Amino acid sequence: MAKRSYGIMRQKPLTPWLYLLPALIVMSTFIVYPGFNTFYLSIRNNDNTGWAGTRCMAGQPCWGIFENYRYALTSTIMQTAFLNNLKWIVLMVSGSVALGLLIAVLADRVKYESLAKSIIFLPMAISFVGAGVIWKFVYNYGTTQVQVGLLNAIITGLGGKPVSWLTEPNINTIALIVVGVWMWTGFCMTILAAALKGVSVEILEAARVDGANEWQVFWKIMIPQILPTITVVVTTMIINVLKIFDIVYVMTGGNYGTEVIANRMYIEMYKNYDPGRASAIAVLLIIVIIPAMIMNIRRFQKQEETR
Amino acid sequence: MSTKKNKKAHGLKDLPIHIILILLCLAWLIPTLGLLVTSFRPLQDINTSGWWTIFAKTKGYEEYQTYCASCHGEDGSAIAEADLSDPELVGGYKRSLTLIPVLESDINGEPHMGEISLPDENESASILSYMKRLSGIDTSTTFTLDNYIDAFTGYRGNKTYREDCASGTQSLDLYCDIRDLLNPRGMGRAFINSVFVAVPCTVLPILIASFAAYAFSWMDFKGRQWLFALLVGLQVVPLQMTLIPVSRLYAQLGLNGTFLGIWLFHTGFGLPYAIYLMRNFMGSLPKEVFESAYIDGASHWTAFRRLAIPLSVPAIASLTIFQFLWIWNDLLVALVFLGGKHPVLTYQIGNMVTSLGSGWQLLTAAAFISMALPMLVFLLLQKYFVRGMMAGSVKG
Repeated sequence: MAKRSYGIMRQKPLTPWLYLLPALIVMSTFIVYPGFNTFYLSIRNNDNTGWAGTRCMAGQPCWGIFENYRYALTSTIMQTAFLNNLKWIVLMVSGSVALGLLIAVLADRVKYESLAKSIIFLPMAISFVGAGVIWKFVYNYGTTQVQVGLLNAIITGLGGKPVSWLTEPNINTIALIVVGVWMWTGFCMTILAAALKGVSVEILEAARVDGANEWQVFWKIMIPQILPTITVVVTTMIINVLKIFDIVYVMTGGNYGTEVIANRMYIEMYKNYDPGRASAIAVLLIIVIIPAMIMNIRRFQKQEETR
Repeated sequence: MSTKKNKKAHGLKDLPIHIILILLCLAWLIPTLGLLVTSFRPLQDINTSGWWTIFAKTKGYEEYQTYCASCHGEDGSAIAEADLSDPELVGGYKRSLTLIPVLESDINGEPHMGEISLPDENESASILSYMKRLSGIDTSTTFTLDNYIDAFTGYRGNKTYREDCASGTQSLDLYCDIRDLLNPRGMGRAFINSVFVAVPCTVLPILIASFAAYAFSWMDFKGRQWLFALLVGLQVVPLQMTLIPVSRLYAQLGLNGTFLGIWLFHTGFGLPYAIYLMRNFMGSLPKEVFESAYIDGASHWTAFRRLAIPLSVPAIASLTIFQFLWIWNDLLVALVFLGGKHPVLTYQIGNMVTSLGSGWQLLTAAAFISMALPMLVFLLLQKYFVRGMMAGSVKG
């Protein structure tokens, strides 16, 4: 379609900028300027009195001006955080997208579709903190005979031994990821359900008439048709997961090997008062997100062309 | 449309669909249900039995039925000389240890229990607690509002706010009147703070964004395209990227720990998404409406006020709900810029979990206080909420 014509809506050259000015000022102050400043701080030392290289100690490995990045990339705790974030990405994204898709497909076939969808979407309305409390209670580990946490009560009811879900290494990160999946499945479900409604009923019927079973219809027709939407959901989820902070902060505080990047950044800045290292971690975070950012812009530009 | 209807499942072969879906829905609901039920249970119950036991019969009912009901009757009053609904009689048995000998001894030369085998220690204890409830000695309730009162007032003692106030043993910072709702440790104060943060943080960005969105939709200027593309990119900049410089800036300006500071920060971060959403909506309004207005001599200011804003109400509604809940549920920004100075709900709960180690009676009530409003908004305005969520990509 042709570009919209603005010919009739002439204005003095300054008028648009008057409308834009408040927004531009606020965004520059709170996003653009701090963004660049974070880059700068990440190559400065602890109290911003010199370059990061001055933090190097004799006899220790030193990355010069990128000394803070040496910490952010090679320290044990940060490597744990990266590994955990990777676990989060793989498990939470696949978990919530797969469950969201499953529920979207199933709910489409029942009469109580909207009720089921509301139930799944509800956690989206509450805070991570609230969800953290809800699940901390589910995971509760009693030291006495009585287990008041649902999960351990089920396990002991079946004759098993109760598990300390949040302190047991390896299990605990997965326990936290479950909370994330519980919260975000509704989001994935809603977007995917909207895409599924767009799949042409005629094609589906034609395939069924030709003898395709439901399984084939799902994999050969539905999935290819909604693949672009799945890509968008996955990208969005990856960005969300990278920034995950509240769940970890509330449920374990990053202890017992559950550290993630965003929580580490918070601790470096507001517990250890080390803006250099905290900034370096923030920069790594944005570097990982930049590809998604570019994808977003590309997708937007494509949308604009077809508008 | 008829094909649509036929698709809905109602055959036996669709049974697996129903089973899977209902199981998933239950799995999604039960954790929240557990929190809700627990928040209304008395402290001692929470720690001694799971919340699901409230769906079971009263404690000891089964045992009483097995061992006693055949002679003493359902309500315990079948034998006048041994009326189990008589508080004086039941009050004589403080512990199950005093009850067991009576059950073992003979009555009128016959074994007390007749042919029935004797209950063991645990069963006797259950029977006794059932008898206490039957006779009215045990007045404790299954449900209580105390947890909510304690959470709202910031009570941190071992009993309950009401008990402590009744006996005058409350801590020094409690007044035992309406003023306690403003106790800095309480959820009452935190609720007010949350409102005080969330309302301006919702109004400000939407106000500023509507101006910018109008310019992007209906004005022509150099750099319009790339400026908007930049905005799309800004949407995904993580909060973490800007926290440090802004808190340093705030430290110089004395804005750390002030409401103004958090209002400005949230406004900045809410803008890219707000402008994006509003521009997409405003830009898709019918061009003819605006053209004829301009031909009639309307200025941009008039067109903005009289046309663009009123016509964009649906978008503004979605955005308002989305932004409000986003702020309401935020922890990180509140933690960094307000901290304990003006604790909001999420901060207060986070604090209770991580440092104070408060019991479940307080935590569950506090969590539900913070969730009540979002859940209400969601249930009443689901359509707008989902739309606001889905319209763009991500934020923050």
